[in-house]
Amino acid sequence: MSPLLAIDGLTAGYGGLPIIDNINLLVAPKEIIVVIGPNGAGKSTVLKSVFALTSILSGSIRFANQEIAGIATQKLVPMGICAVPQTRNIFPSLTVRENLDIGTYAAPPRNRAEVEESVLTLFPDLKAKLNQPAGELSGGQRQMVTLGRALMSEPKLLLLDEPTAGLSPAYLERIFDLILAIRQTGITILMVEQNARQALSIADRAYVLVNGRNFASDTGANLLANDEIRRSFLGGSRPS
Amino acid sequence: MDPVGLLFFLVGFLIMAGIYAILCLALNVQWGYGGLFNAGIAGFFAVGAYTSALLTAAPAQTHLGGYELPVLVGIIAAAVTAGLTGWAVAKICIRLKSDYLAMASIGIAEILRMVIVNEDWLTNGSLGITNIPRPFDGLLQGREADILFLAFVWVIVAIVYLVCNRLYDSPWGRTLRAVRDNEDAARAVGKDVDSFRLQTFVIGAALMGVAGALSAHYFRFLSPEATEPLLITFLVWVMLMAGGSGNNKGAIVGALSVWAIWSLTEIVTNRLPAEFATRSSYIRMLLIGLLLQFVLQKYRSGLLPERSPGIAFDKDKDKTHG
Amino acid sequence: MMEFINFYLIPGLALGSIYALGAIGISMIFGILRFAHFAHGDVMTLGAYGTLTAVWVSGLHPLLALPVGIVFAVLAVLAVDKVFYKPLRELPTIYTVIASFGVALIFRSLIQLVWGSQNEVFIRGVQKPVVLFDLIRVSLLHLEAIAIIIGVAIALHYFLSRTQTGRSMRAVSDNAELARVAGLDTEKIVRATWIIGGSLAAIAGVLAGLDTNIQPNLGWNLILPMFAAAILGGIGKPMGALLGGMVIGLVEELSSYPWLTDEPLINPSYKTATAFLMMVILLIFRPQGLLKGRLF
Repeated sequence: MSPLLAIDGLTAGYGGLPIIDNINLLVAPKEIIVVIGPNGAGKSTVLKSVFALTSILSGSIRFANQEIAGIATQKLVPMGICAVPQTRNIFPSLTVRENLDIGTYAAPPRNRAEVEESVLTLFPDLKAKLNQPAGELSGGQRQMVTLGRALMSEPKLLLLDEPTAGLSPAYLERIFDLILAIRQTGITILMVEQNARQALSIADRAYVLVNGRNFASDTGANLLANDEIRRSFLGGSRPS
Repeated sequence: MDPVGLLFFLVGFLIMAGIYAILCLALNVQWGYGGLFNAGIAGFFAVGAYTSALLTAAPAQTHLGGYELPVLVGIIAAAVTAGLTGWAVAKICIRLKSDYLAMASIGIAEILRMVIVNEDWLTNGSLGITNIPRPFDGLLQGREADILFLAFVWVIVAIVYLVCNRLYDSPWGRTLRAVRDNEDAARAVGKDVDSFRLQTFVIGAALMGVAGALSAHYFRFLSPEATEPLLITFLVWVMLMAGGSGNNKGAIVGALSVWAIWSLTEIVTNRLPAEFATRSSYIRMLLIGLLLQFVLQKYRSGLLPERSPGIAFDKDKDKTHG
Repeated sequence: MMEFINFYLIPGLALGSIYALGAIGISMIFGILRFAHFAHGDVMTLGAYGTLTAVWVSGLHPLLALPVGIVFAVLAVLAVDKVFYKPLRELPTIYTVIASFGVALIFRSLIQLVWGSQNEVFIRGVQKPVVLFDLIRVSLLHLEAIAIIIGVAIALHYFLSRTQTGRSMRAVSDNAELARVAGLDTEKIVRATWIIGGSLAAIAGVLAGLDTNIQPNLGWNLILPMFAAAILGGIGKPMGALLGGMVIGLVEELSSYPWLTDEPLINPSYKTATAFLMMVILLIFRPQGLLKGRLF
């Protein structure tokens, strides 16, 4: 099967300064792909490059066999790519329903009511809060709002930048469960994670980045079983 | 034009250019060093002008004072009162986004105008203050006195320039530029960003007061029209942007060149037929407005761009960068 | 009591409506484009002169000729945004503030070149006051101004909460980066902001011109109370700015009411200063504004 997203020899960064160097990465349809690595390895930069928020120095990014490197952010949402930033990822003074609605503006879904229904089935917590300003919600609920907003445009590929950052352990589990549930609906997911152990356990395949370069890649299970990876990137302790 | 007339035109031109140079240097301290937007230059100018005028003018029934104090005392007092005004404005909004400082400074300038026009007992309202002395009065008579005053103004320009340069190169100035260029980093290394900004604004405001005082002494007469924000605030901004903000030489060059454009266009437009001549000042305003836009878009670093003083090990690199 | 209503309360509300119409635009522009638009008062003046010209040509009542002034002001701000503001959009916003300063100057000098600097009036002669219940005697203009602001308030509320463009505008104001990531068309939203801001400014300019007379400094003289209103309402909150405008207008008029003695509380020539004073007090104690706007 041809990959949904193919990053080939990508060098990118900010203001002419490369952060990632010659990165290769493949995402097949309906996969969950996780990118892990130490702080400053350039994990988020990979996501941001797909989303045209960095300056790309060389290499190619192909989405559904179409070159998208350098295409404006605004045009990517209608193509079926949706991103969820790590921080400041909601519109605090808009209500939850309005937040969800914003997701439909750039890429109107075929049946808005149906999509909203399925999003609210995924995130039942939000049902009671639809008319509340999103800024009044807890951290975990905010994460659901921003995921919900992204899903409202019926994306093919979802880019998640550390979706569990700063969440309590209880919510952490739920967010990982939700990511699996989102994949069940046929959406491909490329995510960056700090909670590497849990992330690898739900990943089909994962990439380890070090110093802005590819270090290793394998299935999630194999990486979890790999002693060297465990020692260097998973805090060394035995799998729980 | 006869040579003598030309000479005195030039003297008048250079006196005003000198006063503008001080305003530009003052704005450069606030904006060029500190990144602080002051939209009320005319206000601080006016405070300085009225302070010095009231303290040095001959006693009069129509306004407060005058106290016939020496001109130098007037100028120092002008710096103090304008500095205090600047302190009050900056104290309120130094923590906020610079737009608020712009609004507050333009607000204080407008209110000061209201006070100057309305409080007759203090300023004699729109009739103004007369008999304002110049330094070394009586030493020379008539037009020759202008030459003396020209020297006086440019001595002060030189002093202000040297002080500003010292400030720029001092540890204080370096910290200030760090604050301007990366506030968070400066905060992170423990610099009291707000107090640095406050000091910058106060120094700039005080210098603007000095310029105001000089203009009152030059004209020997002061009325609210002398503090027209168009001529003071706008023109000074254009001068600094054109000259090169952050660079003190640039500030002076900007003042001289923009004031030259302004004065030369006046000569041209004054020769137009009467019905055009009345509108000529609007054409000049329009040109200044367009010049500002041009500089902002195409020429942001100005005639003499800012050049950070080289650190010892850095000198060679500095040279190649020009 | 009737004197209070006739000479202070109603005029205060009318003045407040003018401020509110200007402040809505200032607040929106601040929220979406992130800069204090110093030329907004001069946009008002342009709207007033555009309407005045339409009145001269057509002989219509100024409020009927208003659409001409609105179109004129909107075209002017769209052009200025394209030529002078947009090229600076990637720079720190303070450069755009400086540019808007220059634009204010350009607008004013163009107005003086085209229309001259003398005072003009929309309608000559003394207008008869409207008498209600034999007690309330107010000028028709003030009632019109209050009616307009009520209409604008309802329309604005509907627009911001129900329409796609309105919600997008609030979204950009809330979090511009995320709005971009969500694929919103920022330039379209910016355009909508200028169209609404320019239209409301033109209406405000005509009302202000009807209230006194029309001269090149008409709008510039109102910029301070309008900024104060926008800050009072919380930057980026158009409905807050509307409220802020009403409050500032009322305070300004009521400040010269003889509250304590037989003398006006504050000398009427300092009326504008009360707005500034409120702004200063607000900046010290509650810079986020009454309605918790964005704090920059």
